[in-house]
This record gives sequence, C-alpha cells and structure tokens, in this order.
Amino acid sequence: HQVLRIKTRNEEEVQKLQLLESLEHLELDFWINPSTPALPVDVRIPANSVQAVKAFLESHGIAYSILIEDLQVVLDKEKQDMAYSQQRDRSSNSFNYGTYHSLDSIYAELDHLASEYSNIVSKLQIGESYEKRPLYVLKFSTGGSNRPAIWIDAGIHSREWVTQASAIWIAKKIASDYGKDPSLTSLLNKMDVFLLTVSNPDGYVFTHTTNRMWRKTRSKNQGSRCVGVDPNRNWDAGFGGPGASNNPCSDSYRGPSANSEVEVKSVVNFIKNHGNIRAFLTLHSYSQLLMYPYGYKCTEPADYAELDALGRAAAGSIQSLYGTTFTVGSICTTI
Amino acid sequence: IDDVGHKYHLELVLEDVLDKDSTVNCTAEVLYHLGNKNIAPAVQFTIEGELKNTDEADNIFYSRIKSLEKELVAENIPDSHGSVSPEMEPIRLLAQVASGYVIWQNSTENTKFQLAQIKHVKQVKRSDDCLEFDYMILLHEMVSQEIIPWQMTVLWHPQHGVQVTQDSCQPKHALE
Repeated sequence: HQVLRIKTRNEEEVQKLQLLESLEHLELDFWINPSTPALPVDVRIPANSVQAVKAFLESHGIAYSILIEDLQVVLDKEKQDMAYSQQRDRSSNSFNYGTYHSLDSIYAELDHLASEYSNIVSKLQIGESYEKRPLYVLKFSTGGSNRPAIWIDAGIHSREWVTQASAIWIAKKIASDYGKDPSLTSLLNKMDVFLLTVSNPDGYVFTHTTNRMWRKTRSKNQGSRCVGVDPNRNWDAGFGGPGASNNPCSDSYRGPSANSEVEVKSVVNFIKNHGNIRAFLTLHSYSQLLMYPYGYKCTEPADYAELDALGRAAAGSIQSLYGTTFTVGSICTTI
Repeated sequence: IDDVGHKYHLELVLEDVLDKDSTVNCTAEVLYHLGNKNIAPAVQFTIEGELKNTDEADNIFYSRIKSLEKELVAENIPDSHGSVSPEMEPIRLLAQVASGYVIWQNSTENTKFQLAQIKHVKQVKRSDDCLEFDYMILLHEMVSQEIIPWQMTVLWHPQHGVQVTQDSCQPKHALE
C-alpha cells in the first residue's frame, strides 16, 4: 500500500479528487480529505489501485508525491520498535530484563540486586557445578532465624531459557515490590524465599556456546561417548522409574544413581540442612502447565485437595494479568 | 477396536496462528494401528465452514521468491532468542505446515512432536512453476524430550498447495 500526498492548486482539482473519493471500488483511504486547495490531500492506496490512481492524477496534471512507498515496511518496523522499547522499559540501569543474557551477565545482576536491595536480599553459594561454576541462590528475608521458607529454582534444563530469564525478573520484582505490594510484603514479613536462578550453569553456557538445544548437565558418563544427565530425573524419588531413561545418550537419562549430579546434590543438601522449607517450586518451559505431584506414579499426594485449589487460584491470578492460561493438574494426569 | 487399534473421536477448534480471533470448528477421527508402528495414524476430518483465503499473501511471497537473483539460503529460524525476521516469516510458516505432514507420518499414541527450529533451509532451483525448499528442521519430542534433526524437501505453489516429496530422520550428532 502506498500513501500519496497530493497538492491541489485550485477548486477544480479538489473536485476531481472528491470524484475519486466516490469511486468505492478503488478502496481509497483518505488520511486528509480533499476539501480546500489550501491543504494537501493524503491518501492511502491499496496496491491494486496504485497504477489507476497515478494514471488519473497524471492525466489531469495534478501534482503528487509519494509520502510512504510501502506502508507494510513502516508497520513492520513499528512493531519491531515497540517490541524493542517494551524490552527497554523492563530494564534498569544497564540490565535489560526483557532479553536473554549470558551466565556472566545474570551472575553480575545477582550481585547488583544483592547490593541495591541489601536490606532484604543476600547471595549464597550452595555448591559448584560439574565444571566448577558456582551455584548461587538469592535469599529474600526480612530477618528472624531460619523462618519457614519457599524454594524456587529455574534453568534446571538449560535450553529452557525463558525460565532463567523469568527467575531474574522474579528476583527483581520481589526485591522492588517489598514495602509496596501488600501480599508480598506480608509474605516476606513472615517467610523467607530462596531463589536459584541458574540450576544448571554448565548446560546454560553450553547452550550459548555450542548447542542451543542442550538440556542436561555436562558430566562425563563412564563408558559412553555421550555427555550429561537429565538433572530432573536424578532426584531420589522414584529414581529409575517411568519417564526416565537408562541410556546415557538420551535427553532424559537419569544418571548412574540418584543425586549423582553435583548440581542436584547441592540443592538436596541445602534443603535438608535448612530443614524448614515449606514449598518447592521449579520452573520449566514450554507448555504453560501448573502441576503438582506425582510424576513417577499416579497416586494422589496426601495434600492433593490443597495443592489443586492452590494451583487453580494461581492460574486464575496469572490469567487475570494478560489472559495467559495455565492448565492445572498432577504431573501424571497432565503430561 | 479388537485386533485393529485405538480409535479416537475428537471435537476441536482450529485457530489461525496469524489471527487468534479467527477460529473454525472441526471434528476428526484418528485411528492408531495396532502392531505396525510404521503406518501413520489414519485421520478423517470435517471442518465447519471455510478457511480464510490467503491468496494475496501467497502471491506476494511467491513473487518475491521468484524474483530473487540467487536461491534463498537461511539458517536458525527462529534464532536463539526466538526472533524471526519479517522476510523469513513465510519460510517459517511453510516449514510449520510441511512439518505437520512429517509429524503425522511419524506419530503414535506415545509421541508429541513440535517443530522447534529450522536449522537450515536452501531453495532448490526448478524449471517449472513450483518453489522447492530443502529444509533441515529440529523436531522436539515431548515424551522422550529428544531433539530430532529431520530433513525434508518441500514443494509449494500458491494454487497447488504444499507437498513434502522427501523426508528422512537424521542422526542426532548431525547437530553437534
């Protein structure tokens, strides 16, 4: 579609344009209607009518210039610009929360948050990955001693990039909303939150340097060319059961034994040593599913009713924001 | 169904990926064959009403590719950040359609495939009117969580629709 600007010199030319306006089959869209020779006439012309309109104008000696050569190009760029500035709106100082980051960049932001919100945020190291990268947890606390706590982890599957990105955004939101959002403030006044933004840093780096689709850890498997264990099949709960593979080359390889992966063992040790973790949340993508136990068997957990009610309430809250829908249910019935 | 397989009767709503408000009701019957897993499930369906006419967009894309001086070559669509450039959108949509065929041919009751990414696409010169693209795609299988490279040759013409003339599963280490 082209947009033309037409300079009329007299009443007669204005009338000719008004005649053009009446020809509905041309589907002309006047941005400035022909009314007086003093004003230019701007008109959007669908591709099919461009030639006809130009011919008409030229044959009547009416001057025009091309304001927009191809409207679609303008619209596409605008869409891109809007997406870009929406990203920028979510950024603070130098960290753009609206885009994906390298491990180093995320780790730097953890330090930044711990320093900017030092009254409630601190950074702990709970262990090291296979390739010796630190595993950092952010602790959100308003005091007390070993308060009941909520655990959240992200990026256990390294290719699920939106989870690490969501985690650092969640960190920012918790830190900045304390004292402003009533429900978050009352929560932190009574409980602590522990957030592991990158559970599998070796895998995450690998997705940046080598293979965007890498999921597992990067540990060597004895007797196999294939690398890595699916950390989310490595827990000591129904280990070796359905949904996991015993083939080191599989993307759902459970590992040689439960907790064989240092990334998993570090989390287990932390949770057990803390002793007062009341809720455990883990982020994955994709699919928009909100699920509770069990995955490795289909019996209902003891707190099934409460978990389901909580899940539905959470899904309702999520939907109220932008209409995003999450399916709620147990892992067994949902996946 | 004894000695035959499992038949599912479905009522579903089709949603236009380019226009979420545009939906169409559909009923389908899917039969998964017992035993031989190499046969694609049998599918019968009826659509209530008509699908949107896409002639204008089809012709624009067709003309654009036809007028290229050199055969189109591209990779990583979408890129690592999930972005697709506007020029590559139709290439991605074409892959989405063609991969639907590949997925159908390879589905069982225990698989759930999604097109994850176009690793590589290369236009192949033709003497006739059709456009031909040689794709290397990555399919994500939800149950096993595997990423499976797959090669497919796709033919397209605005009036003749999409055809997958050749496809083959590739070894996993084709990736690394």
